[in-house]
Amino acid sequence: MEDMALVRKHELPGAPADIDERVDAILNRYSGERRWLINILFDIQAEFRYLPRDALEYVARRMAIPQVDIYGIATFYKAFSLTPRGKHIITACLGTACHVRGSIGVLEELQRGLNVKPGGTTEDGSFTLETVNCLGCCAQGPMVVVDQEYHGQMTPAKVRTLLEDERKK
Amino acid sequence: MIQMKFKTSKELEAHRSAVLKAQDPKRKWISFCVGTGCIASGAEKVAAAMKLELKKNGPKGVQFKETGCPGFCERGPLMVIHPEGIFYQNVKPEHVHDIVSRTLKKGEIIKELLYIDPSSGKQVTNEKDVPFYSKQKRLILGNNPLVDPTNIDDYMAVGGYTALGKVLSEMKPEQVIEEVKKAGLRGRGGAGFPTGVKWETTRNAKGAVKYIVCNADEGDPGAFMNRSVLEGNPHSVLEGMIIGAFAIGANEGFVYCRNEYPLAVKNVTLAVQQLRDVGLLGKNILGSGFNFDMSVVRGAGAFVCGEETALMASIEGKKGVPKQRPPFPSQEGIWGKPTNINNVETWANVPFIINMGAEAYARIGNKTSKGTKIFALVGKIKNTGLVEVPMGTTLKEIIYEIGGGIPNGKKLKAVQCGGPSGGCIAAANIDVPVDYEGLKQYGAIMGSGGMVVMDEDTCMVDVAKYFLKFLLEESCGKCTTCREGIERMLEIVTRMSEGKACLDDIALLEELANVVKDTTMCGLGNTAPNPVLTTLRFFRDEYIAHAKDKKCPAKVCKALISFNIDEKKCTGCGACAKRCPQSAISGENKRPHKIDQKKCIKCGVCESTCKFGAVSRR
Repeated sequence: MEDMALVRKHELPGAPADIDERVDAILNRYSGERRWLINILFDIQAEFRYLPRDALEYVARRMAIPQVDIYGIATFYKAFSLTPRGKHIITACLGTACHVRGSIGVLEELQRGLNVKPGGTTEDGSFTLETVNCLGCCAQGPMVVVDQEYHGQMTPAKVRTLLEDERKK
Repeated sequence: MIQMKFKTSKELEAHRSAVLKAQDPKRKWISFCVGTGCIASGAEKVAAAMKLELKKNGPKGVQFKETGCPGFCERGPLMVIHPEGIFYQNVKPEHVHDIVSRTLKKGEIIKELLYIDPSSGKQVTNEKDVPFYSKQKRLILGNNPLVDPTNIDDYMAVGGYTALGKVLSEMKPEQVIEEVKKAGLRGRGGAGFPTGVKWETTRNAKGAVKYIVCNADEGDPGAFMNRSVLEGNPHSVLEGMIIGAFAIGANEGFVYCRNEYPLAVKNVTLAVQQLRDVGLLGKNILGSGFNFDMSVVRGAGAFVCGEETALMASIEGKKGVPKQRPPFPSQEGIWGKPTNINNVETWANVPFIINMGAEAYARIGNKTSKGTKIFALVGKIKNTGLVEVPMGTTLKEIIYEIGGGIPNGKKLKAVQCGGPSGGCIAAANIDVPVDYEGLKQYGAIMGSGGMVVMDEDTCMVDVAKYFLKFLLEESCGKCTTCREGIERMLEIVTRMSEGKACLDDIALLEELANVVKDTTMCGLGNTAPNPVLTTLRFFRDEYIAHAKDKKCPAKVCKALISFNIDEKKCTGCGACAKRCPQSAISGENKRPHKIDQKKCIKCGVCESTCKFGAVSRR
């Protein structure tokens, strides 16, 4: 499970102080209604690669929504991350079709190779390992996606080669 | 593309005639799938290479159309050259030069790219002769390979928005509902509730403000038909929704799409904008006085949001936690207003009912289940992909005649139908007609239509464990029995897979499963024990083998197996030894190697590295 502690953007080394302006620009794309909250959080995550505590507090103030509600949403939905994610996201599909074709072995090899658990980020900040319940590419399973690139018919042996290649990039 | 706003259905029809007139039926054009499945097989690189090659060396006037998914994902990337219908599969960038210079210019067939029918061993040249396609009835999916999803004119050319024009100019809302009722359309996403009745209830509900929703939160792992329709032919779904909104009396609609489907979100958002541009969304649509608009809402990765009340909470910008029903959404839905919710495939059926007429539509299918249903045929099956058949087709026909059977000479063990809420149908029962009632008698459900085929190498205890893990993560936590019950069930099944269970655990598991089923509030909890209950019912001996004999008959559960090298097959190449993360494999060069069982962590790297099949599980 992901660490539930919130990280402030300014706690990170070299973080820019313009967080309010950047969140403002996002909020201005929407009307102030609550119904846009999830979309807004998506945009904030796209901007910062995670949901910084400062940004969430700012959204709560400007939209007049209790902070606890926003925290609830940010932790309820899997798409959101409260901690900074790596430069590259490696996603292993754990859908049923991938499972019966051996995705567990593939995931375990990814965990071993990266030395992180699902949801975790490597120490150097290069890779975050995530899992997904189905990408709908069941014909090519087991499936691993690195950023936007799909790698099908994975095996533990292919994972080793894949990680070697990704590290060279 | 259209530059005008249609003010009447006559204007719409005039535009369609113009589009069709501009299309020569004998013209040469290429249909190329860029659905997510084919993209995963490298379709984007092929498309880029093909466009470049056509520009450089292509004969003039050949249209290259990037379409949605025709369904045969197994053989992707897929290309069809029209008007001949030449079917090329597994197309790679290095093939595009030959396709242009030989097939397009000289009419030669490139044999290496043809599909070989595994049952007859013969090459198939024409798309319509591929058994995977020829045994289906592709009402909904049929237009996917003909339409560029980003071009509304393409949809109009295949008859798109005819039904809407007819409804708005000739029919009353009550007549539309009557037609849908007569057609016998039932929901394609879960329990199979009659669609027309649902519409009528929402129409009759009190209140001036009403909403409609398209549930595109296709969370069942192993199901992707809704993604395919929404990304491949979004207008077909939107047309059904506008007709539904008119019948129900709703003026606002939502498409709630899963975030894991970025291409579907993109294509349906574009389609909504196109409809606003041509006046098919907005005020006074086609001069009928009917106002309707809609927006696309992205899900954020929560399986429970496929449950209607949770989905509606999510649309309101809240946590997707289900509510007690009644009141049903048709009385009190989004923001307390009457709301009608149907899934992607249900909406996509609506234009066909209007165009064909209810009676003709009701002739497809069987007594209780009408029309066609799309299934995602995945897992241990030769032809993986989307299959659309009339309701009532037997599971056997789907698996063997369309799916081509089980690969690698293995035996069929079970078919998991209906996702995590569904159940496993044993190989002995595959004569069952696939319709709402047929699947129920074996404890499974139609659900959204996921069909995961399992062979003798699949462990049913492991399958139950898989779904429990999935459901544990996805349970919203509101009901204690769901939250705690699933976790306790998972503990028992995990004990079994580790050889630490006893026979009494089976009875305890069964008891717990029934408690969770009976005491939870929403569909997720009610159906969560189904994978356990159906595997217990049909594969009890496997549970006994795990609990009593501490054996995994399918050789999947790691604690109960070991990896070994067959001395006769091992060539001593050393590939496995090099890759073993534990350095557990040793042996002299060109002599049979051995695995040190004390060091082995059973990761399976050696098994997937060995080219000689020398590593086996015991």
